[in-house]
Amino acid sequence: MRHEDIERNLGLMVVLILLVTSFGGLAEIVPLFFLDETTEPIEGLEPLNAVQLEGRDIFIREGCVGCHSQMIRPLRAETERYGHYSVAGESVYDHPFLWGSKRTGPDLARVGGRYSDQWHRIHLIDPRAVVPESNMPGFPWLSENELDGSRTAAKMRALRSVGVPYGDDDIAGARDAVAGTKEIEALIAFLQQLGTHLKR
Amino acid sequence: MSDFWSGYVAVIVLINIVANAWLLAAMRKGQSDSLSEGEELGHDFDGITELNNPLPRWWLWVFAASIAASVVYLALYPGFGNFRGLLGWSSVNQWEAEVRKAEAIYGPIFAAYAEKPIPALLGDKRAVAMGGRLFANNCSPCHGSDARGGPGFPNLTDNDWLYGGTPEIIETTIINGRAGTMPPMGPTVGGEEGIAQAANYVLSLSGRPHDASLAAKGEDLFKKICFACHGLDGKGNPAIGSANLTDNTWLHGGTLEIISETIRHGRSSRMPPHKDLVSPEKVHLLALYVYSLSRVE
Repeated sequence: MRHEDIERNLGLMVVLILLVTSFGGLAEIVPLFFLDETTEPIEGLEPLNAVQLEGRDIFIREGCVGCHSQMIRPLRAETERYGHYSVAGESVYDHPFLWGSKRTGPDLARVGGRYSDQWHRIHLIDPRAVVPESNMPGFPWLSENELDGSRTAAKMRALRSVGVPYGDDDIAGARDAVAGTKEIEALIAFLQQLGTHLKR
Repeated sequence: MSDFWSGYVAVIVLINIVANAWLLAAMRKGQSDSLSEGEELGHDFDGITELNNPLPRWWLWVFAASIAASVVYLALYPGFGNFRGLLGWSSVNQWEAEVRKAEAIYGPIFAAYAEKPIPALLGDKRAVAMGGRLFANNCSPCHGSDARGGPGFPNLTDNDWLYGGTPEIIETTIINGRAGTMPPMGPTVGGEEGIAQAANYVLSLSGRPHDASLAAKGEDLFKKICFACHGLDGKGNPAIGSANLTDNTWLHGGTLEIISETIRHGRSSRMPPHKDLVSPEKVHLLALYVYSLSRVE
């Protein structure tokens, strides 16, 4: 094949470019969809319950992932501070995953159980009330807005269609479980389960 | 990885290397076989012509070196299917080695301190400073970087303790956490009127400004109801973590308004257990640091 032939044949060039650029993904990404290490949940992993799921969506809505990663790398400095490094099996029910790539604030992969609910409540409304050095913005509206749960079941059905094992009972009871919950409570429920499933 | 996927990755990697080598070989000469080097290819773009020149030598050698480097890399590190690489490296065993190395350095230091009772370590500046750094990392979000706490989060520097301040009790508190609950007492004390009376009596216990006639009625309520946890004298009970109301130290605040709120809705405070978060040796140093804070002359 000569340079000229490729240069003058756009269709051929497109095919060849696609082929060349797909090599990395074919070797590094495609197998991950089929390996036990990356597709099997760790023992004891539970899908988010209805309230936690709404909390996750508030986490996404407020852009928390922009400043907080959920990915503890296997480096001693990180495991000393945050706990056991993250493993793939912890994230198999995450759609989308919220690993993040930016740490303006600390990593949250194992924040569950580390602080009390009351601390989170104060901290989310006004971070400087408990951590004077903090540069995190306050989210006072979370304690005012109430969830009605009207979309929770639909979200759970959507997640079930991509493999999250929600039962019919979970979905049927979702609205009642969520209705009347303050946004801040849902977010705290989400935060308090983060990273708690991995047995240390 | 199963044999299939291992083979799949290995084949793609091989094809990639071979294809790159082939591309390099194919492009080694000029673009056209029929023209000799340096001749015009007949492409003219606004007066700029393209010559039949090969790729620069130095660039070709860099390309060749990078192909060679990829082979060396795949021989040493994981990447070629299931082959682990001659160095046996993985991110997990790198982490393990890092932890072992740190353990060899710091382990004996922590172990030596763990054997000594906390009061004996008070004079050891290094031990206290280590505890202080652990405190900054693990405790300061709630208790503050100066350990003075805030509303709902105890001040650890004032030698006033809900559950007791001996080194053993401090360690127990860190390891198991604490759950302090005062139930809502509004209806029990008889609604807003009772709340105002009880709150004024509580104010009087620590000599704060109060309404004496309300406080007198509040005393009856206190000695019928509140005494069960706070004691007849209002000094609290460290066994259940009920607050001493006579010392003018306030966890949630000592104004009439806040005390009324506490009586009306109760309080629920929780310190999470730290046994899974901090090793016992570190708890020992943390307890030392916390103990030292209220031992400053």
